[in-house]
This record gives sequence, C-alpha cells and structure tokens, in this order.
Amino acid sequence: MISNLIAGISLGSIYAIIALGYTMVYGIAKMLNFAHGDVIMVGGYMCFCATFYLGLPPLAGVLLAVVVCTLLGVTIERLAYKPLRSAPALAVLITAIGMSYFLQNAALLLWTANPKTFTSIVGYGSIQMGDVHITHVAMVTIAVCVVIMVALTLFTNKTKMGTAMRAVSEDKGAAQLMGISVNRTISLTFAIGSGLAAIAGVLLCSAYPMLVPTTGSMPGIKAFTAAVFGGIGSIPGAMLGGILLGVIEIFSKAYISQELSDAIVFAVLIIVLLVKPAGLLGKQVSEKV
Amino acid sequence: MALLEVTDLGISFGGLRAVDELNMTVEQGALVGLIGPNGAGKTTVFNMLTGVYRPTDGGIRLDGENLVGKKPHEICKMGIARTFQNIRLFNKLPVLDNVKTGFHNEVTYTLPESLFHAGSYRKKEKQMDEKAMEILKVFDLDGQWDYKAANLPYGKQRKLEIARALATDPKLLLLDEPAAGMNPNETAELMETIELVRRRFQVTVLLIEHDMKLVSGICEYLYVLNFGRLLAQGTPVEVLSNPEVVTAYLGG
Ligand SMILES: Nc1ncnc2c1ncn2[C@@H]1O[C@H](COP(=O)(O)OP(=O)(O)O)[C@@H](O)[C@H]1O
Ligand SMILES: [Mg+2]
Repeated sequence: MISNLIAGISLGSIYAIIALGYTMVYGIAKMLNFAHGDVIMVGGYMCFCATFYLGLPPLAGVLLAVVVCTLLGVTIERLAYKPLRSAPALAVLITAIGMSYFLQNAALLLWTANPKTFTSIVGYGSIQMGDVHITHVAMVTIAVCVVIMVALTLFTNKTKMGTAMRAVSEDKGAAQLMGISVNRTISLTFAIGSGLAAIAGVLLCSAYPMLVPTTGSMPGIKAFTAAVFGGIGSIPGAMLGGILLGVIEIFSKAYISQELSDAIVFAVLIIVLLVKPAGLLGKQVSEKV
Repeated sequence: MALLEVTDLGISFGGLRAVDELNMTVEQGALVGLIGPNGAGKTTVFNMLTGVYRPTDGGIRLDGENLVGKKPHEICKMGIARTFQNIRLFNKLPVLDNVKTGFHNEVTYTLPESLFHAGSYRKKEKQMDEKAMEILKVFDLDGQWDYKAANLPYGKQRKLEIARALATDPKLLLLDEPAAGMNPNETAELMETIELVRRRFQVTVLLIEHDMKLVSGICEYLYVLNFGRLLAQGTPVEVLSNPEVVTAYLGG
C-alpha cells in the first residue's frame, strides 16, 4: 500500500515536471506545445550519449541534456511557433504536432529504432523499511520534483522575470506597454519548460530504462492530461494534477487491472472535467469578447 | 525642441479614416489635454503614440527621435507610458507586483543572478519593493499593497494604473479618460493627484477627456479632435469660447 503510494507519487512527480512545461507555455503563449513530450525523449538520449558513448559522469549527462533541450525548446519556438504568433490556434496546433513527428523521426535517424538501455543515473539500489520498499530512483525523483516546485514558485512569484511572465500571461498588450518584451518572455518560458523536460526525461529513463524515439509520447500525453486535470495554465494545478495522475495510475495497475490502468486514468480525467470544466485548480474564465 | 512632435498623423481602418492630418506638439513639462466627443479618435491617437497601431501616414517624434514602427515595449523604454480608457490592470497580480511590472525597463540583474539568488539580486529586489511602495504611497495605495488588483475599489484601480505607468519612469505620461466612471468629488481629487504627480515625478502629461469642463481646470493647453481631425487648439479659455467647439459638443 505505502510502497504503491510512493511509487505513484514518484511517477506522478515525473508527470508533474512535464506538465509544468505544458501549463507554463499554455499560460504565456496560449498554445499547446505537443512537441513537448518529444523534448523529454531528446533529453533521455542526450544523457544516454553523454554517459554511454562519452563516458561522462551521470551529472554531466544531466547537464548536457538540460542545456541541449533548453536550446532546442527555444529554437523550436523561434523557428516553428513565432512566425505563427497571430495565426489561428488550429494552425499552431498542427505545427506543434508536426514538430513532434519531426523530432521523433530525427531521433529515429540519429539513434535508430533499436531500444537503448539507459543506465539509471542513481543506480538501482533501494531501501526496505518493514513492508515498505522504495527505490533510490523514486526517492531522487520525488526530491527533485519538490526542489523544482519550490524553485519555480519562488521564481514566478518573487522575481522580476517571474512577474513579467505572470503579467504577459494575463494581458500581453498591457505587459508590452509596461516595457516587457513578449518575445523574450515567451523564449524564457520555452527555455524553462524544455530544461525541465530534460530533467523529466532523465528521471523517466532512470525508472523505465528502455529508450526509443517514441519514449516521450505516452508520458507527454499523460502529463498533458495532468495539466488539464489540474487546470491548464496553473502551476500548482500542474503539480497536483501530475501527482494525482501518477498515484491513480499505479493504484489502478496494482488493484484493478494492469491493462485497464490507462483507461481508468482517462476516465477519471473525463469525470473531473465534467464536474469542473476548468480543472481542479483552474479558474472559470469567460471568453473575452 | 518640444518633447513630443506629431506631424500630419493619420490612420485608416479599412475605409474609415479614424485620424487625419493631426499636428500636435507637447512641450517638456506641460500638462496638455486632448479632448473631443466620443469616437473622435482620441484613443486611436494614444494607440499610435504607444506603438499599438502603426500610423498609415505622418510622423511621431519623442525628443527628436522617431517612434513610428517601433514596438510598444521599445517605445515604453524610450519614455512613453500610458493608462487605458477601460482599466487594464493585471487583475490576478497583487497591487505591489502591478507596479513592479513597470520596473522591467531597467534590466539590472542577469538570469543566472536571479536563478541562483545571489546576494546582489536580493538587494535589488528589496530596492524595487521599496521603490514600488514609495510610488504607491503617492496614491495612498500603500496600505493595500498586497490586495489583488481586481479587489480594489474602482477609483483606486484607476489610480493604480497611473502608479504602474509611472513605475516605467516615463518622460511623457498618457492618461486615457482617467476620471471615467468617477463621481465629481473623486474626479476633483484625481485632478489634484495628477497635478501632484506631474510636479513630483517631473513628467509631462497628455490627458484625454471627453468632458471638456473637467480638464479646463488643470490643462494649460487643449487640442480638440472631432471626426479624427483637429477642430481647434489653444488655451482652455480660447477653446471653450470657440463656437465650432461648442457646436461639435452639442451635436455629438
Ligand atoms: N482597431 C480598430 N479597427 C477599426 N476601427 C477602429 C479601431 N480602433 C478605433 N477604431 C475607430 O476609430 C474611431 C475612433 O475611435 P476612438 O479613438 O476609440 O475614439 P475616442 O477615444 O475619441 O472615443 C471610432 O470610429 C472607432 O470605431
Ligand atoms: Mg477613447
């Protein structure tokens, strides 16, 4: 029971970190970046290459993954999304899906479809306390997630750039007239989201070591679900949604059905959205006219 | 040289000529009114001055520097700040943070500094908080610094918008109907505050108002706009006694 809870929180922490990227980009750029999940995969491969081919220490692998993904995220935004800033939402959505396939196919070309076996950055140890069994990966994942939550909350609430981000998310036009560069703020958001995706990728591959070009898809979709679940655009919502989703998934795997767990996860999402259309922590907003 | 020089300014929306051949100068330190009936094109002028709209014709110079084609945040950095006819505060942000968005102009610390919470960064954050509180004090808003902007009473929201604009340290402050929706007492008080702000922050003010009696008390010079064109200009006394102006107001 407690083991499962911790496993759920750990998986949910990964979803939460990914969901932060979706929700921040949505909050600021008002778009769904469906390529976000694939940035996770790139992060995984980067860490893998650094440790496996270059023989670098795990921490250097994480650092490389974060740097590459941050640059990748900013580049994707500049090249693919920025030209569509005033295009209809559907055009942007289709571009994002295209970008997702582009990244997967680029990975296929670079690293082939053969699964790579990722070596956990913190080893495979675990601790046993009575009945409770916790892996080192789970502990590190939860700890990293807590640190990220605290840091991001402080950043958005206490710093000038965080204030700029909140201002842009509320009213782009007014923010610009206060001297805030909307382009710079959006770049920064993509940089943070993608850097976090890299960390999520490394944690995900440490827990589930099979690395293929589609590794990011399913966690990406689940994390997106988590973001909607918590209330898209809300940072605490993404955290809560992610963790709840992980816990529900692990519990339904353990107690209901291994095969139906994903169906149950999405069923819960649908029920929540029926009751609270804006998500758990989302605010009900009426469309501006 | 005048602080603001507008020459032959014009803009069309499709077939509608919203502003046409507007010539206007605002001297350093002046308090100038831009008045006219509803729909005359006053807000459109502000939108052109701040880069929200790009004029179809004419030029705008601030301190001799061309503004046309610049982005709103660049124009803000050059020294123009504004408020809105329909209040556009950051409603979910606390009052203090609304003012602090205006400090974005001075990039005083780098990203790594803010990420790693360097000591110098903390000090700067503290200085910014103090500076923001000082501005709030002028508007008697310091007691409510932690309120969500949306929760302030209407009159205070209008004041907060002026405070936020001043935080950008402007040379020219544009106020779009700052007294709209206020009762006569509140309006009189606001006009006093504007006078005070102007001296205290040494800022030049261009103020839109559709009720001309209201501005005649504090403005030194008035421009009257009607159907997008300049109908009259001069001191309040001159303008108020101009028969064309009177007709425009009665007709509109
Ligand atoms: N973005 C726009 N598109 C089309 N017409 C506009 C736009 N902005 C303003 N106008 C028109 O320009 C005219 C002047 O409007 P405005 O500047 O808001 O008047 P005022 O502020 O003097 O009341 C109005 O007829 C208005 O409909
Ligand atoms: Mg107007």
